[in-house]
Amino acid sequence: MKQKVLLLVLFAVLLIFPKVVNPYLLSVGTLILYLAYTGQAWNVMMGFAGQLSLGHSLYVGVGAYAAAAIFVHYGIGPWAGVWLAIAVCVAIGAAIGFLAFRFGISGVYFALLTIAFAEFTRIGFDHLNWTGGSGGLFLKVAQRDQIDLANFRGPPEMYYYSILILVFAALVLCNYLLKSKAGYYWQAIRENEEAAQALGINTFRWKMLAVVISSAMTAVSGVFFAFYYNNLFPEQIFHISRSIEIILAPIIGGVGTLFGPILGAVVLTVLSDSITELLAYFGWEIPGIKQVFYGIVLLLVIMFLPHGIWPPLARKLGLAK
Amino acid sequence: MLKVDAISKSFRGLKAVSSASFEVPQGAIVALIGPNGAGKTTCFNMIAGVFAPDSGRIIFQENEIQDKRPDQVCVAGIGRTFQIVKPFAGLSVLDNVMVGALLREKSASSARALALGVLKKLKLEEKKDYPASALTLPDRKRLEVARALATRPKLLLLDEVMAGLRPTETDLMVEVFRDLNRTDGLTILLIEHVMRAVMALAQKVVVLHHGEIIASGAPAEVVRHPAVLECYLGEETEV
Repeated sequence: MKQKVLLLVLFAVLLIFPKVVNPYLLSVGTLILYLAYTGQAWNVMMGFAGQLSLGHSLYVGVGAYAAAAIFVHYGIGPWAGVWLAIAVCVAIGAAIGFLAFRFGISGVYFALLTIAFAEFTRIGFDHLNWTGGSGGLFLKVAQRDQIDLANFRGPPEMYYYSILILVFAALVLCNYLLKSKAGYYWQAIRENEEAAQALGINTFRWKMLAVVISSAMTAVSGVFFAFYYNNLFPEQIFHISRSIEIILAPIIGGVGTLFGPILGAVVLTVLSDSITELLAYFGWEIPGIKQVFYGIVLLLVIMFLPHGIWPPLARKLGLAK
Repeated sequence: MLKVDAISKSFRGLKAVSSASFEVPQGAIVALIGPNGAGKTTCFNMIAGVFAPDSGRIIFQENEIQDKRPDQVCVAGIGRTFQIVKPFAGLSVLDNVMVGALLREKSASSARALALGVLKKLKLEEKKDYPASALTLPDRKRLEVARALATRPKLLLLDEVMAGLRPTETDLMVEVFRDLNRTDGLTILLIEHVMRAVMALAQKVVVLHHGEIIASGAPAEVVRHPAVLECYLGEETEV
């Protein structure tokens, strides 16, 4: 009950947010929601099923490129493009999952495999002329004040609300998954795969399902990225730092929890933007300070809140079951 | 119900089990005993599908299962516990058992009802909301049994679930298994060192030594069998 009330208040605040803030804060809000959504997608694989992906930028990038390329080349809008993006990403995710799980690759070795795939996809896209190679792919920036839903072009508010809907949808989906058979089976696999298998769980199939759902969700995040930022560079979108950025929010917020990715995205973005602001205010120009800051926060969280911020906060708020 | 037919297994040339054969009749409680390193757990792992035997067949209810994966063996109706307990540490006791219950229950709510019933049987219901990591060893052993039972097995494999229990706790477990055997018709194959439990439970005892079966029969006979005495106590010699 309390949980529902809090959720409603939160969503009411999020709904009126664009009406009361300036464009800069709106972009920060959009970024937070983008990170929350993408983090949630990653969380399905790692947080629920215990399969560590350090290459999730692969799905963001491929999803973004798939939808953007057919839009640029053939004028096919993202409503069709998103299905192409999902199909391609699911195929890639399934291929990686199949390779890894069939041959018993797990833990850090699985993580290495995901990095490898992301990296060689990045190099591949550097040389793929159809998508502009390393020079990048650009979407035409048309009039930004008119909402053109068919082509997903419009003012920043439109993007804010669409990613908000995505975050909400992902939350509902993940909540449903966690309470279903899949959620129990994934957690069992995460906690002890051998014991899970002894209880009749076809671990291969359930791990594949986690990868497929996670990559499909992340593909959508890529489509959003493409149409919101309007430019794609392999060096940027497939880079491992992107993958790290994706996993930071759920880790800081609480791996495997529903609200961890959202909370983590808020905390990280607000803190990093305020330090940027503060540094600008004092006129300090130190390259890489944001990364140093990330590192320190991560260290502190891991030292003092090894399960993330959300679990202890939920207990404080009386929301933990 | 279960027929183990001349199974053998070697690990890097070391013969762990060699040509072992025994049967577990429907509704029986059979104990597999033997000194440390005799190959008992290896036998169990072959039955449970962890690895396939190098040779020989395992027949469960008319089907050969020696090449099946652990999850397929469980689906076929064989539940198992692990000697070294493997709880889902981060999940609650109830959720641990629900994972097992979901094998044959469609919805989470019916699985929860089944899991609660099993927990009650094993006297764990008061601890259902504890994280499994907070349980003591005897409770973890009980949780292993509860999880396996929740999959509704026809045959239950128990790998030293009495080890580390106090005598009163052992008697309690014995009572639980007797009850399951009598009222639910559950067939049980157990590996056990605690002779108190073996003598109280088993209708038939199979003795493994150096990977070979040296005796089998009723418990009272087997413990007097010269080969068994020899492997436990050493050879009797005239001085």
